[in-house]
Parts: sequence; structure tokens; C-alpha cells
Amino acid sequence: MASAPFSKSEMMIVAAARELAGQHVCFVGVGLPNIAVNLAQRTVAPDLELVYEAGAFGARPARLPLSIGDPTIVTGATAVTSMFELFAFYLQGGLVDVGFLGAAQIDRFGNINTTVIGDYASPTTRLPGSGGACEIAINARNVFVIMRQSKRSFVERIDFRTSPGNVGGAENAARIRKEQGWLGRGPSVVVTDLGIYHFGDDGQMRLDSLHPGATIEQVRETIGWDVAVSSSLAATAAPTDRELQLIRVELDPGGAYTK
Amino acid sequence: MTAKVASMRDAVAELVRDGDTVAIEGFTHLISFAAGHEIIRQGRRDLTLARLTPDLIYDQMVAAGVARKLIFSWLGNPGVGGLNAIRRRVEADAVAASGQPALELEEYSHFGMVGRYTAGAANLPFFPLRSYFETDLPKANPLIRPIESPYGDGLVYAVPPLKPDVTIVHAQRADQSGNTQVWGLLGCQKEAAFAAERVIVVVEELVTEDVVRADPNRTIIPGLIVDAVVVEPYGAHPSYVQGAYDRDNRFYLDWDPISRDEDATRAWLRDWVFDLDGRAAYVEKLGPDRVASLRPGPAPSGVVDYGEYR
Repeated sequence: MASAPFSKSEMMIVAAARELAGQHVCFVGVGLPNIAVNLAQRTVAPDLELVYEAGAFGARPARLPLSIGDPTIVTGATAVTSMFELFAFYLQGGLVDVGFLGAAQIDRFGNINTTVIGDYASPTTRLPGSGGACEIAINARNVFVIMRQSKRSFVERIDFRTSPGNVGGAENAARIRKEQGWLGRGPSVVVTDLGIYHFGDDGQMRLDSLHPGATIEQVRETIGWDVAVSSSLAATAAPTDRELQLIRVELDPGGAYTK
Repeated sequence: MTAKVASMRDAVAELVRDGDTVAIEGFTHLISFAAGHEIIRQGRRDLTLARLTPDLIYDQMVAAGVARKLIFSWLGNPGVGGLNAIRRRVEADAVAASGQPALELEEYSHFGMVGRYTAGAANLPFFPLRSYFETDLPKANPLIRPIESPYGDGLVYAVPPLKPDVTIVHAQRADQSGNTQVWGLLGCQKEAAFAAERVIVVVEELVTEDVVRADPNRTIIPGLIVDAVVVEPYGAHPSYVQGAYDRDNRFYLDWDPISRDEDATRAWLRDWVFDLDGRAAYVEKLGPDRVASLRPGPAPSGVVDYGEYR
């Protein structure tokens, strides 16, 4: 039976939300992560505690805000904290299971650039910078990345390392994390508009699931390195009617994130 | 004690000086656009502007030529895109075309900025944090430095104290001594205020001292460190004040095309800053319908009993 038509963005959001099954405390970022996490709370992870870097723990946003510091994350939350408490006690204290990050550029090891395109001192494009991403990448137990694929964003070499992933490989990353006392285990999943990637024993991104309608050719055309593909490549299940209804009616009725 | 209640014009004239490091703090919530606009009107120059998220207010101040340098951790218009006036002073092609010097940038992560204010407030030589490992940020900003734990248990990074000459915060209410109460997101206004040499508090409402004393848990800044109290209703628009008015997301969206065009940016500054004599005129220009559309429904807290102890 054919399911309802859906956009690539909707598939990406649904796939990211499903990855949150079984997780407890999630640090939410602006944009796509925000809608994915709110969808997860209404579907696979009803006990998910949402942490917003602006200083809200256990948020129950009644609308999908444009900005991460919206008043709806305060009303009805379990706790409002100063940003010091949020970053020092909740994040650096080791209470965050999942940190969600976006990226302008990502490499095969999940290292992320959100700072500049080009030279730092004289950039061709100035991006926002770290925000909380750098310390989230280091201190959240797991890091989820959600971003659209393109040759400009999935690159062999990122222009600036804002947030560390598996640095130069799994072995190196494991040694560094241990020596420096990082709480994070590094990037665990990258969800894109074409598929779902996890990280192999070598610390490199590996395509594990292909979204409906996407092809291996499209995947290869939009990644700047020869990406590994799982020998047991799965097909991502299409969004269910309920998932689509939640996104379209409740979470993003204006289509700001899902067009 | 001298009277602290002042007009915005007098507070800025007296307390914000050319070349100062100024922090208009407030994370999305409670951003004093009214103070930023008055600083533009009074033509301050060579300011170093510190904020975690420069937001539209610093984009407008940079466009108006008041700033020499930014200290920040996230440079964007949340959910919309970049800060275009600032980008024109940073990106190579635009800087070359303008013939103006590039804006100086000193950047951290959010926790790094919070740590800088904390060290400044607590009179510490640095703040240690578990961030920046294996990133290019310490190369981009050599003030971020690795240090060994004096107890032999590893490496952390240090950031230096940030002590603004002036910190400006917006709040729901204060009394005339400057005892200031906030609810909703707290950001790092407390740390930024305690770190500063001078403090201006801008409030929606001036209340009597007994209102403050009835609920001391809500006081984030004591009058002890406050130099001026400015009463400026809607002074945080287009950001918001929890319980009083909503974030005006329409303006955050509208600013993107305005700020992409230098002429449109200049025209906006003329119409909404230079041609107005203050925030009351701005609110009047905004119009009653727009203002009314931002009013939230009620969600009052329960009342707690502090108890009487004699």
C-alpha cells in the first residue's frame, strides 16, 4: 500500500526522531533538531527530557519556536536555570545523553565546522560559530547530527574544526577522550535527507539505511569522499500517517522546516 | 543615596563612553534594544560589544558605526540566517569592497563566554572548562589556553575574565534602588552585571521596595551594583519579556532582507532610531495592533509562603 506523499525534509525529521527511542535527556538545538526532538517526545520517547541551552530543563514547548530561547520553553518547564548551571552542572556534569548538532561542513570522522568557509582571518563566508556546539560535542554522551547532504557540506577536509568528532580516526579519538576526560563517546548518528549513517570501528561514517526514493548514486554524488556503505544496507521505513500528521498539524503547520 | 532612576538619554550619556566595552546581555529574552538604539542616537564610537549572541541589536549597532570589535559565541539571527551588517564587516570580499577596516572578532563558545563573565564577577584570574579540545578555536583566539590541573588530573582549557565597562540588562521590574527581579530565561545577566564596572538596569515596571522584599528569591541583581534604573516599557522589543510580551518573530524575519541591503539598513536606522526621540515614540510608531498581538495569555505562578519569623 502506498503511503502518503512526504518531503525529503519530513523523512529526515522522522528518521532523526526515531533514533531518539530509548534516550532520556536530550540537549536541543535550533531548527531541524528542535522539530525532530519534539516529534520524538510525542512518539518514540514520551519520557524524553528536553534541555535547551538558553536555560530550560524538562521543557514542554506548546509551539515550535523560531528561536531556541522562546518563552514557550519556559512556561510549564520543570526548571529554569542560569546558563552557567545549564552548561556547568547539566552538560559538563554528565547528565546529557544526546546532544543534537547541525553543521555547515562535516568530514568522514564527524568533525564539524560551523565557523567559517575559507580562511579564518579573512573568510569568504562567516558562519555563526560554536554557540554551545563545541562543549556539547565533548560532553554529551552521544552526538546526533542532522543536516542535508551536498558536496559543499560533506567534504574531505573541513575549513575549520568547531566541534570535534572522531578526530583523525576511532583509535586516536578513543585515546584522546580517555586522556582528556571527555564524557562524550563522540558522534553516533548522522541523519540526512538521503539516509542514516552510523560510525564504523574505524571511526568513519557508514551508510546504514537509505531513505525511500533515495539512491546510492545520489548519496555518492553528494559526499566528497568515497563513503562506506553497510553490507546489510537497510531501507528506512517511510513516515507513518501519524508522524506526518504531528509534523504538519501540530509541530510545523507553517511548513517552515519541512517545505 | 543619590537617585538612580534616570531617563535612557541621561543614563547612556553619563555611563556609556567612547571606547568602552559594553555588554547588553540577555539570551534571546530581555535584550535591551532601547539602550542599543540610544547608544546609536548619541553617536558613541569605538565600542567593544560583548554578548553571547550579538543578535539584531549588535547588527544594528555595527551598521550604525558604533563598534570596533565584537566579543561573542554565536553570530546569527536564530532560525533565520546570518547577521548581514556584521558579515559585511567580516567577509573578505565585502570588506575589500568597502575600504573600511574589518570588524575585530574575539570568539568563544557559549560556556566560554559564561565562564568569562563568571571569572569577571568572582574576581578570578581565569575560568577553567572542559571544552575546546581538538578544535581550531584556541588557534583562532589565543586567549583560550590549555592548563594542567594543579592536582595532576589532566588538562582543561582556561578563558580570561571579562569585565565590561558597562553592562546593560532589561528586566521585568526593579525598585528605585535598582534591586532587580527577573523570571523566565536568566541567561547570564547576573554574571555580566556583577562583572561590570557600571550597570544600567532597564525595566518594564518600577515597583516599591516592599514588592521586591515580598519575593527575594526572584532578585537577580541587587541595587548595590546598579548605577541607573531606566523605566522603559517595551524596551526589549523585538525580543521579549516573559509574561509581558512575546518575541516579535515577524521583525526577526523582516530584518533579514533589510540588513542585506545597505541602503535599506540606513533607511531603517533613520526611520526607527535617528528620527525618534526614544522608546515611547518607537512603541507609538509600532502601533497598538502590533503591540497587542504580542500579549500572551495568562499563566501565573502559584504563591509561595516565605513565613514570618520574629
